[in-house]
Amino acid sequence: MELAKSMMMILLTGILTDNFVLSKFLGICPFLGVSKTSSGSLGMGCAVTAVMILATAVTYPLYYLFLVPMGLEYLNTILFILIIAMLVQLIEMVLKKYIPTLYKSLGVYLPLITTNCAVLGVTLLNLEGYSFLESIVNSLGAGLGFMVAMLIFSGVRGRLERCNVPKAFAGMPITLVAASIVSLSFVGFGGLVDGLFGGA
Amino acid sequence: MSYLKEFTKGLVKENPTLVTLLGMCPTLAITTMASNAIGMGAAATFVLICSNVAISLLKKFIPKQVRLPSYIVVIAGFVTLISLILQAFVPAVYDALGIYLPLITVNCIILGRAEMFASKNNVAASALDGAGMGIGFTLALLAVGSIREIFGSGTWFGLPLIPEAAQEAIKPMTIFVLPAGGFFVLGCVIALVNKIANRKPPEATGCAACPNRESCISVEKTEKNLKNTEKEDNK
Repeated sequence: MELAKSMMMILLTGILTDNFVLSKFLGICPFLGVSKTSSGSLGMGCAVTAVMILATAVTYPLYYLFLVPMGLEYLNTILFILIIAMLVQLIEMVLKKYIPTLYKSLGVYLPLITTNCAVLGVTLLNLEGYSFLESIVNSLGAGLGFMVAMLIFSGVRGRLERCNVPKAFAGMPITLVAASIVSLSFVGFGGLVDGLFGGA
Repeated sequence: MSYLKEFTKGLVKENPTLVTLLGMCPTLAITTMASNAIGMGAAATFVLICSNVAISLLKKFIPKQVRLPSYIVVIAGFVTLISLILQAFVPAVYDALGIYLPLITVNCIILGRAEMFASKNNVAASALDGAGMGIGFTLALLAVGSIREIFGSGTWFGLPLIPEAAQEAIKPMTIFVLPAGGFFVLGCVIALVNKIANRKPPEATGCAACPNRESCISVEKTEKNLKNTEKEDNK
């Protein structure tokens, strides 16, 4: 019970209060680039969530079983980015070969993930005192949070396309201002998790 | 003369943050204070110059098929180097940048310059290009960071701007330090640059310089195809 409660807390914190995109500013490029349609947001969100969980499942044990005993902690960035690049390639190949229908819908988003700072970010943040199970849940929460933010924002952008904005603001500036308002709405979730579970 | 141009183009005309819209994550995340902007800018400039020089030197030896992973490894190496240097000599900056320091590895500006410039030009031009882009990035960070710090905390580089007597009456607007303020200020600064330059505003993030451009374009194509097939199905 206690375990389920702490897991739920980590999950909800990742999705709502500490949303990766809107409060930690990780993965802004795909957030602004691929969020034009809700189908694209959903596909990208699923792909990011899957890669985040897999990357954490591989990098976390590697860090504690291999880098720490050998005193090579400072190599974590290099090792992690290589592992993420490898994993993305591997997932792409496996999907292409065995689940072509899924590859058709998600495959195009996979190469974009290699240089996504949200994935590298979550694997690095997981080293800050989480247990293995907690870090997997944290990755799930971060991925779902990314997806929620993208989906909400794709709706906002749909409305924005039909608006008449000042010339200097057209395109990216107005998108950023809209993102600011969406981000503001997530501030409203502050304290929600603590309120639900009676404080940390 | 042409070398001078490689340096100056990154400052204003092709400013990586405000014109080609690359490297948004650090721009938004660490600009709550002007001093963070300098730290981040200096670290990124160091990595940019070093990786541009290294990649320009190695361009004949890196096979085309594996060039992106190779670039990432080179960049990650220099990022590790600067993290260790900062941790040893300026721990305050190291702590302030936190997670965003290792994330310079995946900053699109650096990979973008490696792909667009350093892999095609000689060492001197690449070094100058890296320096120009890095300083342009720093200037953009400083502009956004200054606005956010002055309005959000009432200080600039940590110096209080509101006189003691007026502190009761003038309260800083905390919203500028919140994430929402970051998006807002960056949007306004880009709009201002558009207005001054009086040019057609960019439609999206800087696709031309992005190493993922091809896959991104394929994303849009697939989405269009999906929509077309859906329409046909509805008919």
